[in-house]
This record gives sequence, C-alpha cells and structure tokens, in this order.
Amino acid sequence: MTARTASRSWFHWRRRMSNRLMWVIAILATLIALTPLVMVMYYLLQQGLPALKLSFFTQLPKPVGETGGGMANAIVGTLILIGLASAFGLPFGILGGVYLAEFGNNKLGQTIRFAADVLASVPSIVIGILVYGLIVAPMKHFSAFSGGVALGIMMIPTVMRTTDELVRLVPASQREAALSLGASHVKTVFTVVMLAARGGVITGILLAIARIAGETAPLLFTAFGNRFWSVKLGEPIASLPVQIFTYAIAPYDDWHAQAWTGALVLVTLILVLGIVARYATRGRVRIVR
Amino acid sequence: MILMNEELDLPGAVNEMPENPAKITIEQLNFFYGAKQVLHDVTLAIKERSITALIGPSGCGKSTFLRTLNRMNDVIDGARTKGRILLDGEDIFSPEIDVVALRRRVGMVFQRPAPFPMSIFDNVAYGARINGLARGAELTALVEHALRQAALWDEVKDVLYQPASALSGGQQQRLCIARVLAVQSEVVLMDEPCSALDPISTASIEELMLRLKQDYTIIIVTHNMQQAARVSDETGFFLNGELIEFAESTRIFTDPRDKRTEDYITGRFG
Repeated sequence: MTARTASRSWFHWRRRMSNRLMWVIAILATLIALTPLVMVMYYLLQQGLPALKLSFFTQLPKPVGETGGGMANAIVGTLILIGLASAFGLPFGILGGVYLAEFGNNKLGQTIRFAADVLASVPSIVIGILVYGLIVAPMKHFSAFSGGVALGIMMIPTVMRTTDELVRLVPASQREAALSLGASHVKTVFTVVMLAARGGVITGILLAIARIAGETAPLLFTAFGNRFWSVKLGEPIASLPVQIFTYAIAPYDDWHAQAWTGALVLVTLILVLGIVARYATRGRVRIVR
Repeated sequence: MILMNEELDLPGAVNEMPENPAKITIEQLNFFYGAKQVLHDVTLAIKERSITALIGPSGCGKSTFLRTLNRMNDVIDGARTKGRILLDGEDIFSPEIDVVALRRRVGMVFQRPAPFPMSIFDNVAYGARINGLARGAELTALVEHALRQAALWDEVKDVLYQPASALSGGQQQRLCIARVLAVQSEVVLMDEPCSALDPISTASIEELMLRLKQDYTIIIVTHNMQQAARVSDETGFFLNGELIEFAESTRIFTDPRDKRTEDYITGRFG
C-alpha cells in the first residue's frame, strides 16, 4: 500500500512539475515574441516624436539643405492610394469571395481558392513589376493609378478569402428563411447573407488595407514617389512608405528624423485601422449570435 | 393500455367525408438523398384551413416530408423526388411552377427562430419588399397587419425599428410567423416551432396557430405529442420514412389502429 501511494504521489509530483514547466515555457515564448513589437513601438516613439509637429502634416518636403518641412503630400498620397486600391480590389475580392462561398463547392472553386492563396504569397515586389509591365510601360510614365492597381491586386486574395470564410459562417437557417419567403438564391445572398456577414467582411477589408498601407516594394515601380504636391491620378504620387524609404537612405540627419516621424504616423494609421477592425468583429459576434 | 377494441371494425370513423376540400394532395411521394431513400410512397390529403400535425421519432422523415412541400429540399445536392404533390390541384414539381412563387405561397417557420440581422419592421417587410408586394404606406399597413395576426403588434409597436435580435425567443418565433404571413402565404409549414421555446411562449404560439387556421392551412412537425393532440385536427404518424397512420387527431390519440402508432404514442419507443 505504501509503495503504491508513493508511486502515485511521485506521478502526481511529476505531472505537476511538467505542468508548471510548460506553463513557464509558454509564458517566456509569448514574452519573447512580444519583445520586438514593444521595442519597435518604443524606438518609434523615441525617434519619431521629436519631429512630430503640426507642420509635418501641413507642409511639403523642403529642398535639400533646408530644414523643416513635412510630409503632407505623402500622407494624402497614401490615402489616395488606399482609396484607389480599394476601388480596384474590393469589388473583385468581395464578389469573388461570395462566388466561392455560394457557388464554389466544385473543382473551379477549389482552383480559385488555391490561386488566391498563391497570389497572397507572391512577393509584393513581383506584383510591382507585373503592374509596371502592364500599365506603367505602355503609358510610359509612373502614375498614382498604377500604384493603386498594384496595391489593389494585393488586397484581392485577403478580401476574397475572408469573405469566403465569413459568408460560409452565416447559419443555414438565415438562408433557408430567406429562400422560404420567396427570395431567389442571389437575392438571398445580397439581402440577408451579406448583411449577416458584414461585420466580418469589413474586418477582412480593414486587415487588407492595413496590410497594403505599409507596402513599399510594389510602389517603387508604379506610383514611384513625388516630392511635390500632386493628387493627379495620371502623375507619380508620394506615399508614406516610399517617402520613409527615400529619407531613411539619404545622408541627412533631419531627413532621418522625418523618416522616423513618418514611420510613427504610418504605424499609428495602421494601428487605428486594427482597432476599428477589432470593433467591427465585436459587432459581428453580436449580430450572428 | 389496450386501445384496440371492437370499434376497430366499424366503418364510419375512417371514411368520414372531409368538411374542407383538400389544399394539398400528396400522391405516392418518394424522396431520396443520393442512394438513400428517405420517404416511401407517402400518400395523404391536407385539408384547407386546418392544422395537420406530423409526429414520429427522430429521423423518420417528417421534416424531410415537410420540406418537400415548398421544395426547400431542392437546395440539397443529390436530392431526388418521385411522386406528385398537388397544391390546389397543381403539381408543384411541374416545370411550369416557379419555385420562388411556390415558396411565397407555402411559407415556412423553422425550429429555431432565425430573425434577419435587421430591424423588426424590416424583418416583416422583407418578403413583401423582395417580391414587390407593397411599398410606402401600403407596406407599413401590411407589416402592422401581419404583426397583429401574429399577436406581436402590442409588444413591438414602439420598438419597430430596433434590431429583431433584441426580442425574446418566443417573440422572435412569432416574428418569423409574421414574416411568413406578410408575404400572403396560404400554407404555413412549421418545423418543430416550439422546440426551442419555454412553456409560456409555446402556449402563445399554439394559441396563435388555432387563430390562424381560420385563414391558413397549417402543417406542423412536432415531437410533443400533447401539442399535436392539443392543436391539430389531423395527425400523421411517420416511421422509417413511411406514413403509418393518418387520421383525425382525436382518433389517432384515443384509438390508434396500427400497433406501431400505439407503441409510439404510449411512449414505448421514440
């Protein structure tokens, strides 16, 4: 009896110890994974805050040699590029996702899904080169339009796959209820299913925007960059990532400072989008229940 | 326990003349999911403006049967139907029938209330809007009428533009009934409409059904035999995809003719 009790308590002790050990390892792994994020944020704030003045948002870049100035053109340019990318990428992404979820349970659907996953992992610079060949080379100059197309192409797989997944998540009861009231399949999808899935679809869209807002590579060959104020879609346009890149590799200290501030603004912009996405997801959970 | 008695052989009880004409006639209905046959030669006539209850153990095919009546099974891959279903004498499987129009005439209330993620008003107006039945003031009147018919108006008239998800389960189910009534259905199919509700909500739905049968033909699938006995005029007992017995509810519950019906309603299985 005593031997049995002893062996039992030995197992008990071992189980408790391995439980604790794994717990500690898991926490350590989490902390290590979070360290870069904290360091990035800390460093960004430390380096970016000094040059963060109102003029940064209102003024254009100053010529080389003059200090001061801002990135107003790049901030507006990034917003324009996001708008163009959305105008181009969202219709394809959303409608494609609806197709996959509602009619894509076949070979074609599986192929499209696979293609979307491949497209999602294509390096962004390759997409930049593709759009260069498709639009920039024939037009013979860089343009905001081509930048928007490049970013839009990058949005399509994310938006398409999240729409696909979330439209699938809408309970069959919603579909059946609409069908039983005399709605056609297509009408059911666009009046009830999309409404039930809207929170999730919006999240997907915001995540896709957050993903492309910081892209530099596809813009190097398309939107190119611009040191002057331009909102013309046919002309090269400035953007925060490209501007940061240009300033960061320049040899001037005040450009470096401005690049840090630009990075801070860009990260904040993406962070805000993330928070909005979170908020939209919460809404979705409440709606679907 | 012994319900079989000498009355068994007396004519009259079975061959009573129906007071109502048949709204739906089902002839030799067979239904298959792929190779699996779910319904075997089901034949019965559903009377107009009456409540018909379908009872039977889980998986006996009663829900499948209900869903063939407005062709909701069409959505399922590999579903196949043989036989005829006549709605007012017209075969619902004939190629001339518009499924969308059929579903408007034969509405459906599901096991779990499924309000759309929109306001109470929009939920009720949904069917009328997509079918282009009414607009503007006419639509408002239609919604009010449907909500009154579903005995929900007094509870929701001040919150019409609030999300329907805020209603209680019983209210949601009445909302779903109102939604069906608003498309001016003639037949209402109910697939265990009370199984997710508490007794008080159940009582209000049953009361509602009894009132609605003055204007509508109602077919209800239920696991609750007391409910079938309370509300229905006629009852059909399904077992393994066959309609074992179909007769007036009072007769079925007091004097079942088939041993299997008797076993089921006395709780020996199921």
